[in-house]
Amino acid sequence: MSAAIPQDGGRAGTLALTAAGVVVFAFAPMILRAAVGGTAPYWIDVLNTVGLYTMLALSLNVILGHAGMFHMGHAAFFAVGAYTTAILNLTFGWSIISTMPAAALAAGLLAAVVAWPIIHLRGDYLLIVTIGIVEIVRIALTNDVFGLTGGPNGLVGIARPKIFGFPVVRPQHFFYFIWTMVALSVLLFHWLENSRFGRALKFIKEDTLAAENIGVNTTGHKLMAFVVGAAWAGVAGTIFASRMRTISPESFNFSESVLLFTIVILGGKGNQKGVILGSFLVMGLPELFRSFQDKRLLVFGAALVVMMIFRPEGLLPSRASRFRLPAPWKERYGGGSPPAGRPGADGGGTGGHDAAGGNLAAGVNDAGGGNLAPGGDDAGGGAA
Amino acid sequence: MQILSLSSLTKTFGGLVAVAGVTCGVERGEVVGLIGPNGAGKTTVFNLITGSIPPDDGHIFFAGHSLRGLKPHKIVSLGIARTFQTIRLFPGLSVLENVLSGCHCRMRSGLVSSLLRLPGQRREERLVVDRAMSELEFVGLAASWQVPAGSLPYGDQRRLEIARALATEPRLLVLDEPAGGMNDMETMELRELVGAIRARDITVMLIEHDMGFVMHVCDHLLVMENGALIAQGPPAEIRGNPKVIEAYLGLDEDE
Repeated sequence: MSAAIPQDGGRAGTLALTAAGVVVFAFAPMILRAAVGGTAPYWIDVLNTVGLYTMLALSLNVILGHAGMFHMGHAAFFAVGAYTTAILNLTFGWSIISTMPAAALAAGLLAAVVAWPIIHLRGDYLLIVTIGIVEIVRIALTNDVFGLTGGPNGLVGIARPKIFGFPVVRPQHFFYFIWTMVALSVLLFHWLENSRFGRALKFIKEDTLAAENIGVNTTGHKLMAFVVGAAWAGVAGTIFASRMRTISPESFNFSESVLLFTIVILGGKGNQKGVILGSFLVMGLPELFRSFQDKRLLVFGAALVVMMIFRPEGLLPSRASRFRLPAPWKERYGGGSPPAGRPGADGGGTGGHDAAGGNLAAGVNDAGGGNLAPGGDDAGGGAA
Repeated sequence: MQILSLSSLTKTFGGLVAVAGVTCGVERGEVVGLIGPNGAGKTTVFNLITGSIPPDDGHIFFAGHSLRGLKPHKIVSLGIARTFQTIRLFPGLSVLENVLSGCHCRMRSGLVSSLLRLPGQRREERLVVDRAMSELEFVGLAASWQVPAGSLPYGDQRRLEIARALATEPRLLVLDEPAGGMNDMETMELRELVGAIRARDITVMLIEHDMGFVMHVCDHLLVMENGALIAQGPPAEIRGNPKVIEAYLGLDEDE
């Protein structure tokens, strides 16, 4: 129990740091204008791209991070959302915001249809099929499917969104629009993760057979995770379409899917902070490396390789969920027994896997009520 | 009243007949032992009951329901929970979360109420932690609630698996070699635990090789050899059954 006070202090500190980071970030457009003047719109636009990819990566994280399904075709659902918005807006005159639920529905529906026959596939088999999905969608769009998608040239002249009558036009407008949606994603998916549904996905990821045999509808939950992730990617598609005003099949090719996959794996699958950090690194760093010109992707690739060697679980590995015991239990077992020896800074939630013997130290503290992995969280707070 | 009945249950793997037309019943409230030499088909019977594998022929009825074609998670929600011969906990998750996995099938919150954290969902979350802690206390593991399951000592892992199964609120609990790998002390505790489970009006069916344990704990024994049921009855009767002695216990009697 003696260790409890500094632990709680550390947690409060991290929270304060995160809050400060969010406040500073909220003023990023002003700060950028003061700092770099004329090129500020460009940098705000970079942040908008990062935000959009953060939203997409967070939705992929439900499928890849929480349910553990190797899905490398997320751009397909992003595309369906974007095209749904574009078609409804251009052909039927819907406002952008009103197309958002339709985009989510269309992407979710496609996900349900394509995932139904493949949901039982495991690991690399699923990966290959999902790559197929993104290619099929791209080729269908290129071939002007149903005469609606405008073929290889795509669709032009999509309207800007209006939120409560306020037109979202400039990069700084989109900045607040997109990052509000990112914050909403974080909140919704955080709640989802720490619920009956989210736990079911975790059980499936850990051991599908055991999960099924203890009463979890594994097929149903995997399918629902797929649909939820896809629907949210569809919402991101709406934002993308109205931000770009022009969309074409090339915006949604396989490499976009790989990029999203990379963000989640690199950042730390299952950990939202990790995913956000991953988006900044994967989408933001190449912009900072522009001075390397042609070599920037080489530098970036090398950085990826190095990080995956030293942090194979991702930059911020997923951690065990925290629980607060109800009153009578808390008095009896609340503190738990602090294990002998402190875990390392990155004593990730999966540490217990190999510790079949008697080693309590591995991940105990992470499972516990109070403390956070120190190094990792500071990094996350600073980035967000 | 029979809670479970098997009728001419058959399962073959390629040329091997693992279960050959087994017909038997389990009385409600009893502790029933399924015994027999290695390879007799005991675990296959358990896998058929819990829906892990489909039978080639025959029927299983549980509390008035046919289990034919039902997936394992459906069978769990009907009221049959199991443990595994080789422990299958979620080793990286905490002890509490492992038990929560058992509570899953008795919870109502769906996707939308979870995404939006509606009041009903939050109430259920509090209730379910309470429920899981009760089961942990029942098996004596409440103090370790936040430890990763994989780092528990072996005997505790076995008991945690039982707590997880009990969290599904079963009417029939199916234990595959619960005393396997336990020391004498742990086996003694397990004996008391099975008694306590039975006192909760949960029918128990178990496979076990520890004959001392089986004779003490069980009300009724089913004996299998080469996929067929060769004898059944109370332990005292089985102990003297010549067919059983020949097939199985005979090895001990000779010494």
